[in-house]
Amino acid sequence: MDGATTAWLLVCSALVIFMTPGLAFFYSGMDRSRNSLNMLMMNFWSLLVVPLVWAVLGYSLAFGGSGSLLGNLDSAFLSGTGIGADQGESLVWLVYLGAFAAITPALISGAVADRMKFSAWAVFVPLWSLLVYVPVTFWIYGGTDADGALTGWLATRGSLDFAGGTAIHVNAGIAALAAVVVLGRRKGWPSEGHPPHSMPLVMIGTAILLFGWFGFNSGAGGLTDGVAIQAFANTFLAAAAGGFAWALTERVKDGHFTNLGVASGMVAGLVAITPAAGFVSGMSPIWIGLAAGVVCAFAVGLKFSAGFDDSLDVVGVHMVGGLVGSLLIGLFANPGALGDFEAGLLNGGGAGLLLEQFIANAVTIVFSFAVTFAILKVLDLTMGIRASEDDELTGLDVSQHAETAYNLAESTMAR
Amino acid sequence: MKLITAIIKPHKLDDVKAALKTIGVDGMTVTEVRGFGRQGGHTETYRGTEYQVDFLPKVRIEAVVDDLDAGDVLDTIVSSARTDKIGDGKVWVSPVDEIVRIRTGERGAEAV
Repeated sequence: MDGATTAWLLVCSALVIFMTPGLAFFYSGMDRSRNSLNMLMMNFWSLLVVPLVWAVLGYSLAFGGSGSLLGNLDSAFLSGTGIGADQGESLVWLVYLGAFAAITPALISGAVADRMKFSAWAVFVPLWSLLVYVPVTFWIYGGTDADGALTGWLATRGSLDFAGGTAIHVNAGIAALAAVVVLGRRKGWPSEGHPPHSMPLVMIGTAILLFGWFGFNSGAGGLTDGVAIQAFANTFLAAAAGGFAWALTERVKDGHFTNLGVASGMVAGLVAITPAAGFVSGMSPIWIGLAAGVVCAFAVGLKFSAGFDDSLDVVGVHMVGGLVGSLLIGLFANPGALGDFEAGLLNGGGAGLLLEQFIANAVTIVFSFAVTFAILKVLDLTMGIRASEDDELTGLDVSQHAETAYNLAESTMAR
Repeated sequence: MKLITAIIKPHKLDDVKAALKTIGVDGMTVTEVRGFGRQGGHTETYRGTEYQVDFLPKVRIEAVVDDLDAGDVLDTIVSSARTDKIGDGKVWVSPVDEIVRIRTGERGAEAV
């Protein structure tokens, strides 16, 4: 790994690590004030427990060896990943990819807001990371053969996922739906209103996510070449198009341009460009962002007719946005300057790529839903995953963490 | 002595305070409150979901004044808080039995 690549990947790693706190603020602002610290904590928990799991087992199982279904234990407990072994190349990747691993279960937290026991979340995150994130990641990005080609079975079939549209956003989005099904709806949903407690916090979170996403998408190629430039520009344009499209949709549908619409649309555009960032060029990122902004703005309303209390719209933004971007690769993929891969329908390719995109997402959806459902059922039967009614009504900040987000009254020392 | 209580639009607070100072009122207590009257509330929309907000932000001003000044104070608040649009608020006057300035122990009119 040359100096420029090392430097770029370390910068990108820090950017991606910053995204989990960004997501925490994005979600926390949308939550009610009595649960806002619990929401921050669920995200920060992901940022501290996943790197540990990643170093011990996750990285090796998600990327090692040359199998098609799962990695090996060659790098477990960080063995062979020091700077003495390969000038630190594997250590750079361990950190960069670990940052992706950390934010993925954190995405699910928005769906379980206001009602999940924190102890259950604390156990769920490492289990989900190992049993769902690791295998899906291996299928799409894992394993290398003697020629340096990927050996994971979805990658060898020919589906494309540049930075984690399928592996991260669709995966976490459908897991969020499974969690909502097992956990049930909040007391008083949907009759009682649950408006955001702090829109400025949501906007700060969005700004941090936008900033971090440049590392997420343009480092994913692992090179400081033209692909990184294209991915960077695509991220910039898709975020703008997504925010624009959602805001305009709301203006037409509900009468106002809203801050939450802009924030949600930017995130939807960013989610959608994630799988496509290094595979499309020209105006394509703008079309992808616009499509995601409109489709997701309507998708978030479906939970009411379906009766699923996906509290902060993880399914409607991340699963739907991820699917939009991933499937549109089948239309817009543009090889040549960006590398050697199959072209999309609109660039002279056949329907083969679109079919592979569909298969990769369908497999991820079925696997992630089933395993997430099973993990939560087992946790529910053993430790219980739902906070007591009293705790839910008091608010999870006080009941789970003995803290209050906004202390307006003075207190005295208890001891 | 009378207790004057006024519920007004928050952005009129500076005007009311200035007007009261000009007529010699030299103390008041202000609280941020929420409520509704004929104006009712408004709706907010988040991700397409409408929320009815019934309680709107208002400011409550309280001042204890001498019986003879009460009428003037009432009129001053009404004229300085009025925008002629719905939601301007209300002012009312109630009798006060006793008042004490805590630092000096003065009572009655001396303490106002």
